[in-house]
Amino acid sequence: MRRSLTQVGAALLFLLTMMSSALAVDERLDIGISTNEIAITANFTGADLTVFGALDNADRFLLELGQYDIIVALEGPARETVVRKKERVFGIWINRFSMRFEPVPVSYSLSSTLPIDRIAREIELSGRTIGIEHIHLLPSGRVGDGSRVPEFREALLRLKVDDGLYQSEPVGVEFVSSSLFRATIRLPANVPVGQHKLRAFLFKNNEFVMERELTLRVVKTGAEQFVYELAHEQSFLYGILAVLLAMFTGWAASVMFRRD
Amino acid sequence: MTIYLPIAEISVNVFLILGMGAAVGFLSGMFGVGGGFLITPLLIFYNIPPAVAVATGANQVVASSFSGALSHFRRGTLDIKLGGMLLAGGLVGASVGIYLFMLLRDLGQLDLIISLFYVIFLSVVGGLMLVESVNSLMRAAANKPVSLRKPGQHIWVHRLPFKMRFKRSKIYLSVIPILALGFGIGVLTSIMGVGGGFIMVPAMIYLLHVPTNVVIGTSLFQIIFVTAFTTVVQATANQSVDIFLAGLLMIAGVIGAQYGVRVGQKLRGEQLRALLALLVLAVGVRLALDLVLTPDEFYSVVVTGIGF
Repeated sequence: MRRSLTQVGAALLFLLTMMSSALAVDERLDIGISTNEIAITANFTGADLTVFGALDNADRFLLELGQYDIIVALEGPARETVVRKKERVFGIWINRFSMRFEPVPVSYSLSSTLPIDRIAREIELSGRTIGIEHIHLLPSGRVGDGSRVPEFREALLRLKVDDGLYQSEPVGVEFVSSSLFRATIRLPANVPVGQHKLRAFLFKNNEFVMERELTLRVVKTGAEQFVYELAHEQSFLYGILAVLLAMFTGWAASVMFRRD
Repeated sequence: MTIYLPIAEISVNVFLILGMGAAVGFLSGMFGVGGGFLITPLLIFYNIPPAVAVATGANQVVASSFSGALSHFRRGTLDIKLGGMLLAGGLVGASVGIYLFMLLRDLGQLDLIISLFYVIFLSVVGGLMLVESVNSLMRAAANKPVSLRKPGQHIWVHRLPFKMRFKRSKIYLSVIPILALGFGIGVLTSIMGVGGGFIMVPAMIYLLHVPTNVVIGTSLFQIIFVTAFTTVVQATANQSVDIFLAGLLMIAGVIGAQYGVRVGQKLRGEQLRALLALLVLAVGVRLALDLVLTPDEFYSVVVTGIGF
């Protein structure tokens, strides 16, 4: 009897704690962008995307102490990616080995309040695929005993970073007031066209609180869009047009420069 | 000033592309080569994806060779009959070449084969031309006759049957070596993505003994059709022709070519050949070094089209 009473007491206590934590309103994260479509025009050389966000119901005390951290990441469309490695064969450098990876984001831009390894533990970041080092890279097809996988994985990340396609800005998120923040994300000049995923994460005392996601489309506009669609949908006609354009240009030049 | 290329999907500097086009156009007008063997490596070096570089290069060569061929046609230095025979062989060769291209791609290592082809052909052709033209230059300096067409000197090519008279070129020659040359160039065009002028010009001079002034116009005439064919095939099969990039290269290229034709006509045949030989050799050596020297980066990343 006594034993069951203690059990009931424990259960009640548990329920109460649950309720109180449910009553004490949780922090909420919201983000917004001024546009959900970015147009690539003829003079596009990259752009800064500004993401605004609000942190509601934050504990003032923890906020003062800087215990809230925010990470915002823009993930490009995923594409199957091949990494090749050159080796010397009979004195000539040729692509000897290659490894194919399951669709990998073509671009990845991250911005945060602190370097991410100071915001959360490795396992948390990896589990939520936050940060360049934690992008999931799964080899597909034959990989042998898998001993070469880390080497190719590392090369893929390094080359993406060198190209500016993968980048991170450890202090790109700043609070503009106690509850409003602004994140700046850099879009490189070679940003891929397609559906991008904007993800924002809130951490409190190095623990994950919540995540928000938005989509952003990167599109070509005007003449660029027209040419791209024509080349893909009417490719034979496009080829003929390209040849006619070339012949016209050649003819025009020879007429303009005609001396005799 | 930069411009975004819709097919290559990168932003490039307009003036750099115009400069490339003008320089290659000048050389192409001067030597009667399409310039494909120069423009394609240049574009790849400037980070244009290789597939786009090959296809767009071919498109640009259509413009510069058309412009150059028109100038030669007006000056009467174009043998349409000879060009037509070369072209007949060329189109058959190009079709066979496309089949070989697909076969090599399935076997892997297509890139390596292309590089090796470039290095071998450019070095051999450049080397032979250089030796020959330096010899003629030295003979010219010693006041000896410099004509390539030594009367009475006949090689096996001139003993073949099915002879035909080519009035413009002032030659009487069997159609077999002409068709064979056209065929060979056609195969190379598909595999290497070039017009083949840098092989065509010396082969016509040394093998067929066509006068140098007719060679250039005739070679350009042939190149127009082969590169137009390549452009349409590439656009249809791979959607890799970038009309913006090609347009920029063309505008600068055709203007450069007009000046090139003029400078070319002021130079003597053997001087022209020596310069072309040096240029061809330089590109060959540059590509050979890429194959042999230890690269800075052992890895490369290729994003294939498949995704979700």
